[in-house]
Amino acid sequence: MRHIISILMENEAGALSRVAGLFSARAYNIESLTVAATEDPSLSRMTIVTSGTDEIIEQIIKQLNKLVDVVRLMDMTDGPHIEREMMMVKVRAEAGQREEFKRLADIFRGRIIDVTESTYVIELTGDSAKLDAFLQAVDTGKIIEVVRSGVSGIARGEKALTI
Amino acid sequence: MELTGAEIFVRCLQDEGVDLLFGYPGGAVLHIYDALYQQDKVRHILVRHEQAATHAADGYARATGRPGCVLVTSGPGATNAVTGIATAYMDSIPMVVFTGQVPTNLIGNDAFQEVDNIGITRPCVKHNFLVKDVRDLAVTIKKAFYVATTGRPGPVVVDIPKDVSAARCEYSYPKKVRMRSYNPTVKGHAGQIKRAVDLMMQARRPMLYTGGGVILDNASQQLTELARQLNFPITNTLMGLGAYPATDRQFVGMLGMHGTYEANMAMHNCDVLIAIGARFDDRVTGNIEKFCPTAKIIHIDVDPASISKNVKVDVPIVGSVGNVLEQLSKQIGAVKTRPDPEALAAWWEQIEEWRGLDCLKYDRDSELVKPQYVLETLYKVTNGDAFVTSDVGQHQMWAAQFYKFDQPRRWINSGGLGTMGFGFPAAMGVQLAYPDETVCCITGEGSIQMCIQELSTCLQYGLPIKIINLNNRYLGMVRQWQEFFYQKRYAMSYMESLPNFVKLAESYGHVGMQIDKPQDVEGALKEAMQLKDRLVFLDFITDQNENVYPMIPAGAGQNEMILI
Ligand SMILES: Cc1cc2nc3c(=O)[nH]c(=O)nc-3n(C[C@H](O)[C@H](O)[C@H](O)COP(=O)(O)OP(=O)(O)OC[C@H]3O[C@@H](n4cnc5c(N)ncnc54)[C@H](O)[C@@H]3O)c2cc1C
Ligand SMILES: Cc1ncc(C[n+]2csc(CCOP(=O)(O)OP(=O)(O)O)c2C)c(N)n1
Ligand SMILES: [Mg+2]
Repeated sequence: MRHIISILMENEAGALSRVAGLFSARAYNIESLTVAATEDPSLSRMTIVTSGTDEIIEQIIKQLNKLVDVVRLMDMTDGPHIEREMMMVKVRAEAGQREEFKRLADIFRGRIIDVTESTYVIELTGDSAKLDAFLQAVDTGKIIEVVRSGVSGIARGEKALTI
Repeated sequence: MELTGAEIFVRCLQDEGVDLLFGYPGGAVLHIYDALYQQDKVRHILVRHEQAATHAADGYARATGRPGCVLVTSGPGATNAVTGIATAYMDSIPMVVFTGQVPTNLIGNDAFQEVDNIGITRPCVKHNFLVKDVRDLAVTIKKAFYVATTGRPGPVVVDIPKDVSAARCEYSYPKKVRMRSYNPTVKGHAGQIKRAVDLMMQARRPMLYTGGGVILDNASQQLTELARQLNFPITNTLMGLGAYPATDRQFVGMLGMHGTYEANMAMHNCDVLIAIGARFDDRVTGNIEKFCPTAKIIHIDVDPASISKNVKVDVPIVGSVGNVLEQLSKQIGAVKTRPDPEALAAWWEQIEEWRGLDCLKYDRDSELVKPQYVLETLYKVTNGDAFVTSDVGQHQMWAAQFYKFDQPRRWINSGGLGTMGFGFPAAMGVQLAYPDETVCCITGEGSIQMCIQELSTCLQYGLPIKIINLNNRYLGMVRQWQEFFYQKRYAMSYMESLPNFVKLAESYGHVGMQIDKPQDVEGALKEAMQLKDRLVFLDFITDQNENVYPMIPAGAGQNEMILI
């Protein structure tokens, strides 16, 4: 099953490589990984999307917790949560298709954030499935470039990943 | 007063109570060596290869329970140390390894003798630190010792750039450190303790399976008391030998690939398995699908990641062995139930029947020197209380089977990584820690040559180690597998052009003996032990074709052993 794991860790130079190294050394699957500092500059927050059997996920969580730099960890998938990913898509938008792209962007609540005579850059935010759906809706021949931020997640309600 | 980083380093080691530092100098650590030269509290032992420094520190740690300390230079010094760091990591040995690094302004420039030592060691350390500012040095060293020795122990690397050891700041050594990201759980959960005891009291065929964690936690006493109180059979892993007295009736020998028939059969047939500080290694479990098919499993381990990693357990208890055993003992005192005595008696009867098979028997009338005989005799001659280090191979298994360890920390070997070359330098660390004790290194002609240069270190420091070389002219463990599983195609397992070990030992200033007749074995061992202040290299020319039995072949269950 797919899991979204959020981690608070010491904001230190080697920390990211410890997590990345753990996944490659133990042959764990990694779909996406995002990381940035938090409001407390000594901490960074990482979101990892991974998948595996329950046993493997249990091991992943234990091994991550075992890293000396990891302060706290939460498996978002355990409870209600919000998942967001940002995507920018550059498409070939020539005379005939410009309206069509605008409409499609509207349907997905996206925005056109860059325009040239022949291209658009469309920005979209949502859960990963929504971004996938958008890409499926676009004629692949028209896509020039896609960049996705990877998933970040937050728990709903009172539950929070803080120290 | 301001001190240099190098002086701070030395003061930290002194304040940490470090008595021995194993190392080898080089450019990046010259400031530190200069500071070491000007004091006499921390004794530096100069090895002949950095791998040996790490093994010696590791041996010291295993024998004493105190963290081993190593100092090596950047680049090749650090890479040479990696095998020893990985060896300690796999067996959870507390060790702090200081590596020199190029000056901070050159890091990343492919500077002379630069390697990314933090990157190289990351997968084989418990944690590592790069010190970029002299003001962080003391607290980093404190953290390194704290992390290395608490929770599940392990090696920690501290990388110190040359400019950091030259820079100055005020020195103060923190008494304590707190790390918000690191808080091992050491007390068992009360609810789990109750569940475990309930299960134990219902057992009809109980089994205690205990490992290195008991020794690492100095919990042999608690284990022994609990086992005796319950009259449960007990087995140790290769790493756990000595945690429970091997000469005791309740001890059924080592389990696993080369464990005893009775231990493996008892494992396979038990109904409640109590795993204590052991990690269900594949050399122990055999085929996981066939492992303990009828057992409910309780697992005590300080590392949550060890629990249910290989085998799903029914009652996990996270905590240190000593604490949890005390908690269990209290809880047993509080409940009225006891295991059915008739069932337990029947279980013991069954175990005695398995034991009666005498699975470790060997040909005692052979004209050739049998390796098992050498070890049995060594046990006798040393009254069973020598420190015994081992290399890796058949000789290691025979040592584990035939030397009966009644005390913890006497049996010192590389189990997890299986590092040939470990035994001899480890023996140096043990001998330096206990100058008056008998220290024997069991080795083979293959393994000993991986760190043979340390004969020179032993001369320099007068280390009277007894090297027991079980010389079968084969990489015996490899040959055994080739005999069993590769139709006797002995690819590269034959040792040609062996040196004359007697002369070699003599050329390093030591005593050498060669023994090729069974009737000379005991005399030679006695003579060697009497040479109290000399290193003696005993080269036993043993039966080339001897194999280690019993054996669980790959893919088989614990009840499917090859017996002699
Ligand atoms: C040639 C060869 C053959 C081998 N054959 C065998 C064999 O036949 N049988 C055998 O048993 N082994 C054998 N081994 C060794 C094997 O590879 C493993 O190293 C060994 O089985 C592991 O022992 P262990 O389970 O006691 O774990 P260790 O590696 O000693 O691990 C200790 C466990 O205890 C935990 N722990 C540590 N400190 C504490 C604490 N304070 N409190 C609680 N828990 C703690 C750790 O988290 C870990 O899970 C062989 C090795 C070689 C090289
Ligand atoms: C550094 C290293 N290289 C290779 C091996 C694989 N290996 C395991 S046992 C063994 C043979 C050891 O030979 P020897 O020391 O003569 O011991 P014997 O088995 O003959 O008793 C080898 C090559 C290893 N464990 N370690
Ligand atoms: Mg050999």
